[in-house]
Amino acid sequence: MRMQLNTTVNDVAVSVEIEQDARLLDVLRDQLGLLGTKEGCGVGECGACTVIINGKTANSCITLAASMEDCDIKTIEYLSKDGELHPMQESFIDNSALQCGFCTPGFVLSGISLLERNPNPTTEEIKEGLSGNICRCTGYEQIIKAVEDVRDKKYNKDGAINE
Amino acid sequence: MSLFEHNNNKYNVIGKDIKRVDGLEKVKGTALYAADLYKQDMLYGGNVRIKEYPAKITNIDTSLALSIPGVVKIITCFDTEAKKHSWADYCYITDEVKFCGDVVAIVAAETKKALDQAIKSIKVDYELQEGVYTVADALKEDAPIIREKGVGLVDGIPSKDKKGNIFIDSYYPIRKGDVEEGFKKSDVIIEREYTVPFIDQAYIEPEACMVYHDPKDGSITGEASAQNPFFTRRYLADASGYPMSESRFIQRTLGGTFGGKEEGVGVQIGRAAILHKATRRPIKMVNSREESLMDSSKRHAFNFKYKIGATKDGKIQAIEGTLVDNCGAYNNQTQFMNWRASVHSAGVYDIPNVKTDTYGVFTNNVHGGAMRGYSSPQVIFAQEQLMNELAKELGMDNVELRRKNIIRQNSLTATSQLITEEVILEEMMDELLNRSDYYKKKKEYEDFNKTSKNLKKGISLVTVYRGAGLGAEGVDANGAFIQANEDGSLIISTGMAENGQGLQTAYAQIAAEALGVTLDKIHFHSVDTHAIADSGMTVASRGTTMGAQSMKLASEKLAMLFKEHVAQKFCTTVDRISCKDNYYYDNEDNFPANYSSDKRIAFKDICNERLWAGQQLAVYEWFRPALNQYDHHTGQGTAFPTYTYNVCISEVEVDIEIGDIKVTKVTSALDCGRVINPNMVKGQMYGGIVMGLGYAITEEIELNKGRILNDNFDSYILPTSMDIPEMDLVLFESETKEGTYGAKSVGEPATEAIAASIAGAVGHALDKNVDHLPCSLESILKYMD
Repeated sequence: MRMQLNTTVNDVAVSVEIEQDARLLDVLRDQLGLLGTKEGCGVGECGACTVIINGKTANSCITLAASMEDCDIKTIEYLSKDGELHPMQESFIDNSALQCGFCTPGFVLSGISLLERNPNPTTEEIKEGLSGNICRCTGYEQIIKAVEDVRDKKYNKDGAINE
Repeated sequence: MSLFEHNNNKYNVIGKDIKRVDGLEKVKGTALYAADLYKQDMLYGGNVRIKEYPAKITNIDTSLALSIPGVVKIITCFDTEAKKHSWADYCYITDEVKFCGDVVAIVAAETKKALDQAIKSIKVDYELQEGVYTVADALKEDAPIIREKGVGLVDGIPSKDKKGNIFIDSYYPIRKGDVEEGFKKSDVIIEREYTVPFIDQAYIEPEACMVYHDPKDGSITGEASAQNPFFTRRYLADASGYPMSESRFIQRTLGGTFGGKEEGVGVQIGRAAILHKATRRPIKMVNSREESLMDSSKRHAFNFKYKIGATKDGKIQAIEGTLVDNCGAYNNQTQFMNWRASVHSAGVYDIPNVKTDTYGVFTNNVHGGAMRGYSSPQVIFAQEQLMNELAKELGMDNVELRRKNIIRQNSLTATSQLITEEVILEEMMDELLNRSDYYKKKKEYEDFNKTSKNLKKGISLVTVYRGAGLGAEGVDANGAFIQANEDGSLIISTGMAENGQGLQTAYAQIAAEALGVTLDKIHFHSVDTHAIADSGMTVASRGTTMGAQSMKLASEKLAMLFKEHVAQKFCTTVDRISCKDNYYYDNEDNFPANYSSDKRIAFKDICNERLWAGQQLAVYEWFRPALNQYDHHTGQGTAFPTYTYNVCISEVEVDIEIGDIKVTKVTSALDCGRVINPNMVKGQMYGGIVMGLGYAITEEIELNKGRILNDNFDSYILPTSMDIPEMDLVLFESETKEGTYGAKSVGEPATEAIAASIAGAVGHALDKNVDHLPCSLESILKYMD
């Protein structure tokens, strides 16, 4: 069964015909061409498919696209749509907080979402905030440092992406 | 020896915290991985498997599947047109299923949904056969024979005179001195056994590929998440039947591999090529996580049996061991990997008498392959627990036993290789003992454990070494290309691949150092097999230490051509010309004033001049190291050109009531030879520690008659940010004449000792011999029973 989905992705209103049982991940990747959202496990464990829905992070691999009517969905592509990097992205590069890069979009979004909920988290709170994302390369240390640097306002830019 | 210090070397770019050259596209999410490829008219390809092994397929009914709209092609093991057996040990499609990854039919469909429905609708009939799953079962006298080429044991030694399940090509003996004499001299002799399970590389990107026909040059073209581009091309050419000159492989950004994206990706691209040939349409294949776990190779499970003897003063006199690994049903790695296992089978210790036998056995399990360390995490785990047990038996301190026996300059290794280079192991040990307050904590923890009922604390040090690069396993040769353009930018390329480890950045640094240009001028063009020659595999932590030798040679040659150009232009000598930040200078300040008021010439101006004068702007160089003299029958000779040393101290807290382990701190020191990029070395070390922590505590492929029970990350448990310990890293540099700019291996040394030291700390906390990995909740409770 196919149906029409009307929603907002990266501040753009989209209307797209989808399979009723389609995953949000597949609609984003296969139909909207937003390839920065990755599939690592398909069961909501690894966080490579993290997106921000109505201001909260979610695993798009276990989110039904049909439930996204009139939502505000943000993917990694949102961050640099104006050509400039988000402070979290800069901090990831500066801190060597990425290696293979496959989990990186998910971590960047989780880091931003964490700081929006809690602008001044302790290191323990950062670890907890990132625990829904798995990285096999970095051992997390430099990722945590990258989030700490944004928390500590080392990047003289406003990192807010949600009102 | 020296502790690495920032900004304290003679180089401009080497040893500096250069940012990753591939960082930007990765943080933006625009880096293109294989699953991100889409083509007009493409089909989705998929695999049909059964759930019991071994089995003989008797019938496949595809009629229902073919009636599903969008299903385009099904090729079964009974079709005669397609190639079934690959050039290597693996099958693209088979009617004799030996393990969970074997595929009995492949399907191409217009949509993912049609593909999934088709796979579920194909009915497969088979006869189940008797299987063999464990090392012990495989070695039984009456065990079913899994592979025709398997051999048996005669007097405990693998022999072609008898049928059995041993993979003879993976047998390596070490015979040094006379162990019987050694044991006679020993005051203390102990015997211990250890086991470790299969674990998965668990890269976050599942395997994916796209195969299509490129009308521009007529080649069948494959793009994939492959660790080894040329190795993958071999499968592409093999399955398609095209010559390599018409089989093109293009490397895509790789989402992690750690040794895992070798055979599995090769076989996958082969299957896609078969479907492409049959449909003449682009084929995209993407593994689910479950398929990735079934299909891909694993870190080998090992059984170790060791006997070791020492005199009262702690000097080890002899070691004897049998190291047997579970190869699974097919194997393309154990015959190489076990050589490394045998070379390191006596640890980093100077032992006069060594007798070890290392071999693999075939079973109906997942296949063992490469995973970061290539046998060393397993061997070191057993070896270092054995050392702790020996110390206990001798009534000696663990660290002092190691100090007494470690390899030093002028020691002979287990293969009787004379170590002529500087060995900084003891200095590294002392630095770590100080930094971690080892002795103070050890006493504190032991006192604490006397009174604490449920919580126990432990600390443990391990010492290891690792042969850098391929050594006598192969020839560590490689080639690299560098090209300057008239705008002063450069393109570099090599046959080796960026795996996420930072190879592009390291190579760019090496080129920038040689030429005196800034990093932003250098573009690393990743592998296209039609545009660069094979440089061997990106394995064995050889990428920088050995693989980059040719990059250095090519860059230095180009740099010299340019310096000669500048020198000739101004009637001076080459030694007076230097290049820094894209400008040439005369060291003696004699630049012709009429040429440039700021007394320098832009690199790009020289590029431009050379272009229009028809002078060489590109260099390809080849590096081939001296061959090692090694006798594989006795396991004696020069195994590796250089070794890297690692010391690691782990601290744990164990709740013995529930079996829970918390790794509180890991202090790790690495002898890098020369540090090329400190932040990236640290990235390898942090990642290596956390990967080792998973191996120590949670990771295990759970198998029941060859079927994987934990086939996704909800049951195969990887460490998260909540599980990481405090990590203190210490980088050392040492003198070696080998290695690019003196760099040794980093990627694998960063992880190989971690599980061993965590297990040692658990053993210390419990006052037990930890004889199995992982130290799961259940195993802790068992030790305390």
